[in-house]
Amino acid sequence: MQFKHKIAGGDFAKAGNIASSVKKILRQLNIDHAVSKRIVIALYEGEVNVVAHAYSGIVDVDIDEEKIKITITDKGPGIADIEQAMEEGYSTATPQVREMGFGAGLGLSNMKKNSDSMNISSVPAEGTIVELITYIKPDAR
Amino acid sequence: MKITDIIQALDLKIISGQNGLSNEIKGGYVSDLLSDVMGNATEGQIWITLQTHQNIIAIASLKEISAIILVKGSLPENDTIEKSNTENIPVLSSDLDTFSIAGRLFDILKME
Repeated sequence: MQFKHKIAGGDFAKAGNIASSVKKILRQLNIDHAVSKRIVIALYEGEVNVVAHAYSGIVDVDIDEEKIKITITDKGPGIADIEQAMEEGYSTATPQVREMGFGAGLGLSNMKKNSDSMNISSVPAEGTIVELITYIKPDAR
Repeated sequence: MKITDIIQALDLKIISGQNGLSNEIKGGYVSDLLSDVMGNATEGQIWITLQTHQNIIAIASLKEISAIILVKGSLPENDTIEKSNTENIPVLSSDLDTFSIAGRLFDILKME
């Protein structure tokens, strides 16, 4: 099962909509509750990253019997130093975004903690691709 | 414990999301950092925060949080109220600050 969603940069009102629709699908598919909770956290953070930092993005969700693969591809400023971006507390979010409680520098680490594998590739001034894989049966990791 | 019991005990004002008032409370979480709530809050908790914008409802809904308490007499924005009513997540308001309301909530839940 495959589907695709678009994200508009800066559109905070819709942040979380994709995570919400994926959550409903995972429930219909009877995916283990603990597994779906992790996927929802990771996907929400991915959506917020695109809204807060990029100009636009696409989320591809691919569900098979074994795993759920989420690929978030954005057009945006990219990440200059991925290792630094992964550090908890490091953020390049604007003061306005931080005032709303976003931009605490926890998003990427939440995504890593809540997926079985995470791959980031980025080209500065072009964009970022984040690939998240989560296995449906927790013991298949 | 039900939200209605907590509203009475803590003298909270009901702002929106009335249809969710029969939700059960299984603890509390205090944070104004959304990623912290996303990563660490758990289902059925009541969330105390000073954030009032609509993203708090998106988070509460994704995390299956039972209700939100806004502190220091804060009121939510209009789109927060609308979303709270759609998602049936009560938004409650207290005149107390975070420390005081969290302390009282902790005492009540501890007795359970």
